[in-house]
Amino acid sequence: MCLAIPVQIKSIEGSEAEVEFGGVTQKISVLLTPEARLGDYVLLHTGYAISVINEEQAQETLRLFEEIERLAET
Amino acid sequence: MEASEDEKILLAHGSGGKLSHDLVEKGFVPSFDNPLLSRLDDSAVFEATGRLAFTTDSYIVTPIFFPGGDIGKLAVCGTVNDLAMSGATPLYLSVSFIIEEGFSFSDLSRIVTSIQQATDEAGAKVVTGDTKVVNRGSADRLFINTAGVGAVADGIDISGSNARPGDRVILSGPVGDHGIAIMSEREGLKFSSPVKSDCAPLNHLVSEMLQVSSDIHCLRDPTRGGLATTLNEFAAQSGVGIVIHEEAVPVRDAVRAACEMLGFDPLYVANEGKLVAVVAPDDAERVVGRMKESRYGADAAIIGEITEDHPGKVVLRTTLGASRIVDMLVGELLPRIC
Amino acid sequence: MPPQPQADSIMKFIDEFRDADMARGVLGQIRRQSRRQVRLMEFCGGHTVTIMRHGIRQLLPDTIEMLSGPGCPVCVTANADLDKAIALAANPEIIITSFGDMLKVPGSRSSLQQARADGGDVRIVYSTLDALQVARDNPDRSVVFIGIGFETTAPTIAASIKKAEEEGIGNYHILSLHKLCPPVIKALLDSGEVKLDGLICPGHVSAVIGSRPWEFAAHDYGIACVVTGFEPLDVLLSVDMLVNQIEQGKPTVEIAYRRGVTPDGNLTAQNLMHAVFEPSPAAWRGMGTVPGSGLTLREEYERFDAERVFDIDPGPTVEHKGCICGDILRGVKTPPDCKLFRTACTPERPVGPCMVSSEGSCASYYHYGSI
Repeated sequence: MCLAIPVQIKSIEGSEAEVEFGGVTQKISVLLTPEARLGDYVLLHTGYAISVINEEQAQETLRLFEEIERLAET
Repeated sequence: MEASEDEKILLAHGSGGKLSHDLVEKGFVPSFDNPLLSRLDDSAVFEATGRLAFTTDSYIVTPIFFPGGDIGKLAVCGTVNDLAMSGATPLYLSVSFIIEEGFSFSDLSRIVTSIQQATDEAGAKVVTGDTKVVNRGSADRLFINTAGVGAVADGIDISGSNARPGDRVILSGPVGDHGIAIMSEREGLKFSSPVKSDCAPLNHLVSEMLQVSSDIHCLRDPTRGGLATTLNEFAAQSGVGIVIHEEAVPVRDAVRAACEMLGFDPLYVANEGKLVAVVAPDDAERVVGRMKESRYGADAAIIGEITEDHPGKVVLRTTLGASRIVDMLVGELLPRIC
Repeated sequence: MPPQPQADSIMKFIDEFRDADMARGVLGQIRRQSRRQVRLMEFCGGHTVTIMRHGIRQLLPDTIEMLSGPGCPVCVTANADLDKAIALAANPEIIITSFGDMLKVPGSRSSLQQARADGGDVRIVYSTLDALQVARDNPDRSVVFIGIGFETTAPTIAASIKKAEEEGIGNYHILSLHKLCPPVIKALLDSGEVKLDGLICPGHVSAVIGSRPWEFAAHDYGIACVVTGFEPLDVLLSVDMLVNQIEQGKPTVEIAYRRGVTPDGNLTAQNLMHAVFEPSPAAWRGMGTVPGSGLTLREEYERFDAERVFDIDPGPTVEHKGCICGDILRGVKTPPDCKLFRTACTPERPVGPCMVSSEGSCASYYHYGSI
């Protein structure tokens, strides 16, 4: 559901953060993700971060795809 | 045009009296500087032989200043490009202003300078014009209308209805720059390196292309409605199908990113300095090669082909290998949350 | 070939999940696994867009049938509710702020876009942060934010209410048309109208509520569930995982979108949402009133509730004849089944919201239909 894009936190001040996505920077609210830290990637939806992206899990998922590709070739 | 920082346009500037004359003689004429205009007759009289192309457009863009240009540059390039898309050499332009009372002189000055620079680059001349001033609230700061006349050489027959199966579809460069530059001003999106409007006069690019091929069947600049709408127009006018390859369509990373953020599809975002050409297959590579040597064609690419299948429809081969229809733009692009 | 992006300028966590070679790998695995005929529903309009935009239906084997569900908050807003927003727009004291998605949706007689053309002050905003700013900038007028969206969006509206409370902004209100997803899935399954084998669960709703709320569908209804994201690889992986669950006969809830979703979800967001809102019955287009599927502002926040503060006369509700958006939202019919599809109902002149919402099934079929 709902358009949310992965953006990276470049600076945080209180519940506001400056984030960057593909060269675009924007000020957003991190009120809903108080655990977010500088350098984290978060999912941005209508001006708010709604979740901190788990980078390890992202890599795991990509490894899964590589594994599936490899299996397909055997 | 000289003016103090605070000087504003008044209703009297449009009424035809002393202030109007001052505005034209001291403001516009020196900037556009040509014998036809300086005569300040009611019309510009000139000689012309052969076929002529004639076009007009009005410009109401907001904001009037944006990264990469302003409404003045847009007004010239839009009309110059319409002429160029018929294979015409732009000759003479008219420029009419409708100015909202209270508009600043210094802004008008900037815009007039832009108009002059764009016209010079295109190699055309502004030979006639008009100025009206309306009450505050009756116009959104400034509206501009331009009309243009160009000469079409013998033998040139370029039209949206000339596409034939087998022809190649060529795009002169990355799409979406202008629309995103405008939207990002409006939405307050900031970029680490700002996306600039691609607003540019394309007549020199077209004349280079015409030098290496006499088999350019269609030309159009994909302005509002984007590449998708222009391709649909060709498909409908020519009664042919068009296939384009998603991988081949150039889009700048920053534009892709902004489109993701706003929920736009780059295929539908406006361009003001790009062209789409439909060219006979044997000439396609040569035309692209020549375009790449030209200022506004450095990233030119073949993006697809004309087919007799699915006439009137444009089909996209996605990166995943599936095919789907690319429709015309309906209504306007609105940023979405869902 | 387009100019190749530099490694550091790609859209991280998006581009990698669009890789064509990996997609082919997953498709191959789906084809190898898929034996029996299965019917999968993607609940979410965003998933419908991904599927249509990338032509995923075409690429899947014939054993897999895909149905689109009611997960488009614009599409499921009932005419009666939209009419309230339009009525508010006619009030000269009120500035309406709304997400762009709602503007062209036809209500009983008009739309927000039409209300604007008729002189209403209707402004598109990207965020409630913008709507709050409009309220600060216009202290002598009332601002009403049209609150649509599921659990992804509701916490952001709750946050704006809290901010308004904190700053003492007295002219900010919301019209809460928010809806909750799990109750409507339950209602859909209870109706027995559609027989589903698997459900692609909404990825960003689940980023907020977690994957646990979907467990009832697996345990009580025997439906395979996978929560996934919105890139093509995410959707393909979810189909692969669903087929696997179904072939094994072991329906459960799995997360394919592990980078964004956890079983418990975002507790801060959930707590804020519950602090400000309480569940209430809500009208869903095509499904009537579903208990506990809407959100209403709690009593202590009633001064922010447009419905309690303003006298709203939406006028009589009119449903458009021949419009089967309701059936389409329930997965009972598809857009080509509708007599009005492409004839009387087009994106330029939409009869129902499924055609005008960027995520509506009809809009997707219209724009991305296969040849």
